[in-house]
Amino acid sequence: MKLTEEMLSGFPDARGHFGAYGGRFVSETLFDSLMTLEKEYKRLKNDPDFQAEFDKDLAHYVGRPSPLYFAERLSRETGGAQIWLKREDLNHTGAHKVNNTIGQALLASFLGKKRVIAETGAGQHGVATATVCARLGLECHVFMGAEDVQRQSLNVYRMKLLGATVHSVQSGTKTLKDAMNDAMRDWVANVDDTFYIIGTVAGPHPYPLLVRDFQSVIGRETREQCLAQARKLPDALVACVGGGSNAIGMFYPFLTDESVQMYGVEAGGLGIETGKHAAPLSAGRPGVLHGNRTYLMEDENGQIAGTHSVSAGLDYPGVGPEHSWLKDIGRANYVSVTDDEAMEGFRKLTRVEGIMPALETAHAVAYAIKLAATMEKDQVVVINVSGRGDKDIQTVAKLDGIEM
Amino acid sequence: MSRIEGVLKSLKSQGRKALIPYITAGDPHPDQTVELMHTLVKAGADIIELGVPFSDPMADGPVIQQACERSLVHGTSLRQVIGMVKTFRETDDQTPIVLMGYLNPMEAMGYELFANSAKEAGVDGILTVDLPPEEADEVAPLFTERNLDAIFLLAPTTTDDRIRAISEHSSGYVYYVSFKGVTGSGTIDIDEVASKVAHIHELTALPVGVGFGIRDAETAAAVGRVSDGVIVGSVLVDTIARNQADPVQLNKALTDLLHPMREALDNLTV
Repeated sequence: MKLTEEMLSGFPDARGHFGAYGGRFVSETLFDSLMTLEKEYKRLKNDPDFQAEFDKDLAHYVGRPSPLYFAERLSRETGGAQIWLKREDLNHTGAHKVNNTIGQALLASFLGKKRVIAETGAGQHGVATATVCARLGLECHVFMGAEDVQRQSLNVYRMKLLGATVHSVQSGTKTLKDAMNDAMRDWVANVDDTFYIIGTVAGPHPYPLLVRDFQSVIGRETREQCLAQARKLPDALVACVGGGSNAIGMFYPFLTDESVQMYGVEAGGLGIETGKHAAPLSAGRPGVLHGNRTYLMEDENGQIAGTHSVSAGLDYPGVGPEHSWLKDIGRANYVSVTDDEAMEGFRKLTRVEGIMPALETAHAVAYAIKLAATMEKDQVVVINVSGRGDKDIQTVAKLDGIEM
Repeated sequence: MSRIEGVLKSLKSQGRKALIPYITAGDPHPDQTVELMHTLVKAGADIIELGVPFSDPMADGPVIQQACERSLVHGTSLRQVIGMVKTFRETDDQTPIVLMGYLNPMEAMGYELFANSAKEAGVDGILTVDLPPEEADEVAPLFTERNLDAIFLLAPTTTDDRIRAISEHSSGYVYYVSFKGVTGSGTIDIDEVASKVAHIHELTALPVGVGFGIRDAETAAAVGRVSDGVIVGSVLVDTIARNQADPVQLNKALTDLLHPMREALDNLTV
């Protein structure tokens, strides 16, 4: 399907649907809040004061624009297309997550909400939320699966230093999906004074829309930078996909550029064939979870399946509904790489370019290297380096058998 | 007239209020559910809300979350839950059964197959926590065509326009969630509930059941006084959790909890 600007304006539609996906599948208590949020966001989206504030924060607090960097040595060693890196890892707090938390925290302020809640997997979204809450003087509660609290203890402490309360979630599989369940439960109970900052392009409408809008700065900058620096549009974009916020941020401004191929890289874990992975687009089927219809990992009875990935940030059984739609219409390709391949990508980028990516990002790196090798020298592949790897050093050390 | 409508009309004509207990199917074990349903009827239940366990019950507090986990340990599926209703119907064709749960297990089974199987087994109503009427275009007609009542939630945050719209999509009764929060949490404010339910009665002719926060005979009576029925969930499920090791004691404990609520409701002079 060739997409035009006009067509895109209808996605999502008035009820938050991207084709068969998205929507607003929530219990009644939250419905009015979501309607209010949608209405207020529509108004503020075109409010010059709101936009100016957002742009100012992105420039002076986040440090945007982030560079588009030509990875010359990696390209040479790969021996194919030119590999360029969009450096979201250089943002304040070390990942793309902050683009969205800045936007949503501004919304919270404009709506007069004093209390903020968030879910987090790897802790990057939790840190980014705690950071903006510290700056705006908002009370911050972060829900994090007990298992992730264990494997991302550094980020837990960072959030506490920033003044957030971290709630360790003991239910279910004790990972990101359960953190999201508990955040929703908190929201239902405190809906009058609380703003829920969702970290990814999933959740009920209007969240997938507003997270996409806030993250699209990534793709808009990349488009301009690539035209200026490489003197052409990219031939391929590669981004990792857990919930899919960094990928949609990169893809969205290119959707009408037919020549630009897009690759979303899911967590293949121990291998798709083992069932131990977190790749709903590669191996799942449509269902309803966390307020939206989308591809899910589930059993034959519709119970949500446990996931596995070496990276906590990709360890999620669902994915943003817009990705489900882009998959079905064939506009974006969704692929997966295993834990082992991702670790190779991590080591390669670290050793060849001196850039240590987050383990989530390492999935995109691993796939992009394979892809670039099959392409011509005058072609351009852009990897969205969604985050830096400092938070993962303990995980990597453990895999190397080193006690820290 | 559906079985739910019949029961609620008959209660109303007698000046009585409906007692609607909730338990999670398959908790503590799938083999015990049908017996527990009969126990609830003997203790005074007018309608049973039978929970379909889900791995991610987002609107539920820890008590019902753990009930889902206990049930899912045994692999309880939606198909099996429908099978339990079928078995229950072999000896009780009077008590209406409402399946209450989340959308994904129904979607995974396939809506048409689900609606057919539920109807065939003797299910009377469907309450899907995460399915607002706005998203029910595809599903609701399948229920209506089969005379299965679609029961929707109303909350303290529901606006008047939505109360009207939701009521239009509903049949049987509407379920008013008495406070903002998950199941098993919070404290019910009777005065607030009374004024909200009175307001809902102005906007719809459907009976209004009230759930969340009803723990004992006293709260049941207080809520029964101002509504058409009371829905009791977490306190029963908690009783199941505490007595799961002893099936005989479990049936007695449920009866001891529910029966006084029945008496308190029937002693109301309205």
